[in-house]
Amino acid sequence: MTNSARPKSFGTSIPRKEDRRFITGHGRYTDDVELPAQAHAAFVRSPFAHANILSIDASEAQKQQGVIAVYTGTQFATSGLGDLQCGWMIHSRDGSPMQVGEHPALASQKVRFAGDAVAIVVAESAKLAKLAAELVEVDYEELPVAADLVSAGAPNAPEIHEGITNNQVYDWEIGNKAETAEAFQRAAHITELNLINNRLIPNAMETRAVNAQFDAAKDSYTLYVASQNPHGLRMTLAAVIGFAPEHKLRVISEDVGGGFGSKAFNYAEEVACLWASKLCNRPVKWTCDRSEAFLTDAHGRDHVTRASLALDDDHKIIGMQVHTQANVGAYLSTFGSLIPTYVYAPLLSGQYNIPNIYANVVTRYTNTNPVDAYRGAGRPEAGYVIERLVETAAREVGMNSAEFRRLNFIRQFPHSTPVDMDYDTGDFQAHLDKALEMIKADQFPERKAETESRGKKRGLGIGCYIEAAGIGPSARLGKLGSGAGLWESAEVRVNPTGSVEVLTGCHSHGQGHETTYAQLVADQFGISVDDVDIVHGDTDKVQFGMGTFGSRSGPVGLSAISLACNKVVAKATAIAAQVLEVEQDTVDFTDGEFSSSATNQRLSFAEVALNAYTAHHFSTSDIEPGLSEGCFFDPPDFNFPAGTHLCEVEIDPQTGVVDVVDFVAVDDFGVIGNPMIVEGQVHGGVVQGVGQALWEQAVHDEQGQLLTGSYMDYTMPRASDMPDVRVGFTETRCTTNPIGMKGCGEAGAIGAPPAVINAITDALDIREFDMPATPEKVWRAANKR
Amino acid sequence: MAKVHVQTQINGEPVDFLCEPQQSLLEVLREELSRTGTKEGCGTGDCGACSVLLDGRLVCACLVLGVEATGKNVTTIEGIAPEEGLHPIQQQFLEHAALQCGICTPGLIVATKALLDKNPNPTEKEIRYWLAGNLCRCTGYDKIIRAVQASAAELSHPA
Ligand code: FES
Ligand code: FES
Repeated sequence: MTNSARPKSFGTSIPRKEDRRFITGHGRYTDDVELPAQAHAAFVRSPFAHANILSIDASEAQKQQGVIAVYTGTQFATSGLGDLQCGWMIHSRDGSPMQVGEHPALASQKVRFAGDAVAIVVAESAKLAKLAAELVEVDYEELPVAADLVSAGAPNAPEIHEGITNNQVYDWEIGNKAETAEAFQRAAHITELNLINNRLIPNAMETRAVNAQFDAAKDSYTLYVASQNPHGLRMTLAAVIGFAPEHKLRVISEDVGGGFGSKAFNYAEEVACLWASKLCNRPVKWTCDRSEAFLTDAHGRDHVTRASLALDDDHKIIGMQVHTQANVGAYLSTFGSLIPTYVYAPLLSGQYNIPNIYANVVTRYTNTNPVDAYRGAGRPEAGYVIERLVETAAREVGMNSAEFRRLNFIRQFPHSTPVDMDYDTGDFQAHLDKALEMIKADQFPERKAETESRGKKRGLGIGCYIEAAGIGPSARLGKLGSGAGLWESAEVRVNPTGSVEVLTGCHSHGQGHETTYAQLVADQFGISVDDVDIVHGDTDKVQFGMGTFGSRSGPVGLSAISLACNKVVAKATAIAAQVLEVEQDTVDFTDGEFSSSATNQRLSFAEVALNAYTAHHFSTSDIEPGLSEGCFFDPPDFNFPAGTHLCEVEIDPQTGVVDVVDFVAVDDFGVIGNPMIVEGQVHGGVVQGVGQALWEQAVHDEQGQLLTGSYMDYTMPRASDMPDVRVGFTETRCTTNPIGMKGCGEAGAIGAPPAVINAITDALDIREFDMPATPEKVWRAANKR
Repeated sequence: MAKVHVQTQINGEPVDFLCEPQQSLLEVLREELSRTGTKEGCGTGDCGACSVLLDGRLVCACLVLGVEATGKNVTTIEGIAPEEGLHPIQQQFLEHAALQCGICTPGLIVATKALLDKNPNPTEKEIRYWLAGNLCRCTGYDKIIRAVQASAAELSHPA
């Protein structure tokens, strides 16, 4: 047997194992699944944002050829099934619990947003179902509408949920109010800004899709669904909605075409299709139209904020005050209450040493579809507040804004902020320096002069973000109101021939787990990446897990796998000692080989695996046969990816068009598993962040009608809109997981928006400016109109 | 409504199907012929997920009627690869990790083929504008552009 070590795979940019099926058209997404006797569903949706339902008449629809059944909200109300529920209880600062309104999957009394479902039509084809849905007659009594935060909070605002005054969900706070106020008293300079974080539509390119099947013989359900979190969904469908106990519910999310948070929630259509599938005893499939997705997917962001920063004589930040109003939409979605609180305000300290911070968040219902997590979820909102404030403060006191940041950076770790975060590691100076060098900031004045010689304007903007990824630990989150644990599970099954199946509770919908996970496992066992398969997305295969969101699948999910691999190695070592007939403490496992100082015999990983199953060489009363180990890893804390994103823009003051001419992202993700995949995560995040800053915005009119309900009205970033995003890395090892990894999925969406807006305000020499920087708004700002 | 009998070629094979006159080619491919490699991202011609070639011309299958395929040659993602192995464009998408969730990828590969068939040496700008009709929410496009450039190089100078 040779001694040559297999080169390590983890840390290298190998191509993705999952890609072959996608590039040949053999991915299997939910809409690609066709079941025997397949029926199709369409929903009858409210055209009004706020109305009482007086009656629903489905008789005409029911008579149509090819229509199997129509089930209305009125029938649903007597089904015994529970409401959709928000998974996080937030308490107001007076100690009272948040105000939760009803949320049936199908409305029977009242609709609360335009798009709210009142009936489901099941037919032989999707087209027939849609045609019949048009024939369902619903008699509505229109009610006054509160379509935005201002009208929802007005003294005589329409009451969206019975008995909930001012449509207020909660009035929450964090930080130290009195000390912060005192810091502002003694401040030498105060910078104050009004900021709007524009409402976004996630727009995963695969729309949501459901295929629900009831098996009468087994009295059990199977749900194919485009979900980021199949186990969480199953738990909810079992325990909250009340379909059946978990062992009678199977949730399968095979290939999923992007999520960005929007597929991590329990939606009405999942409940309605499951319910209908039992009633009509046919598998019921529903694939969301794009226009329906605009109307019904949970949106993101939608904050209105007033924030201020207090500086002392030396330009050191001594205090920060933030008052945010957040829109949760008509109903509290799965994480709707959490996003504007515990994953927002605790990040307001950014990369800075701010001794006093106070934040207050008031959240309201409006007659719009729910708002929930969208890439970054709370952290982009926080990053935008602090980075706009820091930039503005630096300009006001006449300091170079990079210098101002350096002056105020946190330099000692661990660092505890006044808003309850304990940053374990970081080196903020390192990524700022590297990014400034990559973009050649020292030569910016020349570039600016050249741009101006052509009658245009040029600006350079900085976004230094920090985020909290891989949410945990579970016990602490339980105290903060979480309805679930936030650990991750792994099961590592070694087959007798030495190949390996890894079952993970995380879910891949583009993240490349089948590759990065396999790389780490291959290295730990000294085997080939090709001999490792990753299994996810099926509750009948994987015992439990929390899915993928909040950049958790690397630091939390992969840590669970790594720890399970350690257990496998420990058991394999014990078996190897028996086979080699040596003392266990003399056995060493390196590069896939078991050896011992007591013998020159060696055993490969596969040989030990075979021995584990033949069980010929050890006593099965001492060691159990087989080689399969599991782990539930609960992170002791969040991890804190951070970085510097720089954006250079050129603006044509004649047209208001903003051209992003350069973008540099330098991120510290700790230890990186596959740099090529991680770069892709940064690219994607940055372009979504630039999209928020320049183009994207969900707009409702005052009647609550969505005006941006198609790709003609909602501007998505396209290939022609951007230059390359140049990516660099720095590394400080994370201490809250065994791999040293930090989450990388959301960085770009957090760093980019302030970098872009800081560049635009720099170019135009203006102070306040709200996203998105559409040509009209930029033209007005450039021409003071 | 009476169904129409359509004779066409899909990926080089003669195919007969029955469809309703208003059914799109995308619906026919996915629902009648179970060729689900071609994806729907919008159904309105705005995202390019449904890109196919009709007699070599790039079209959105969601905007073409099934009956319009009569007598034409339809190329879908399932017909891009040779019998064995991958087409160089697919290979480069693989090597450059030009995809994440993969839902936009069939459309992008078909659109890239149409580009390189027409213009074997596109500039980066030409690539970015040609692919502007294909939305990808995951990748931020950079790696796709790199993959297309590498495909162009490989196709004009095969190794
Ligand atoms: S599905 Fe045809 S262009 Fe979007
Ligand atoms: S890879 Fe997901 S949309 Fe392009």
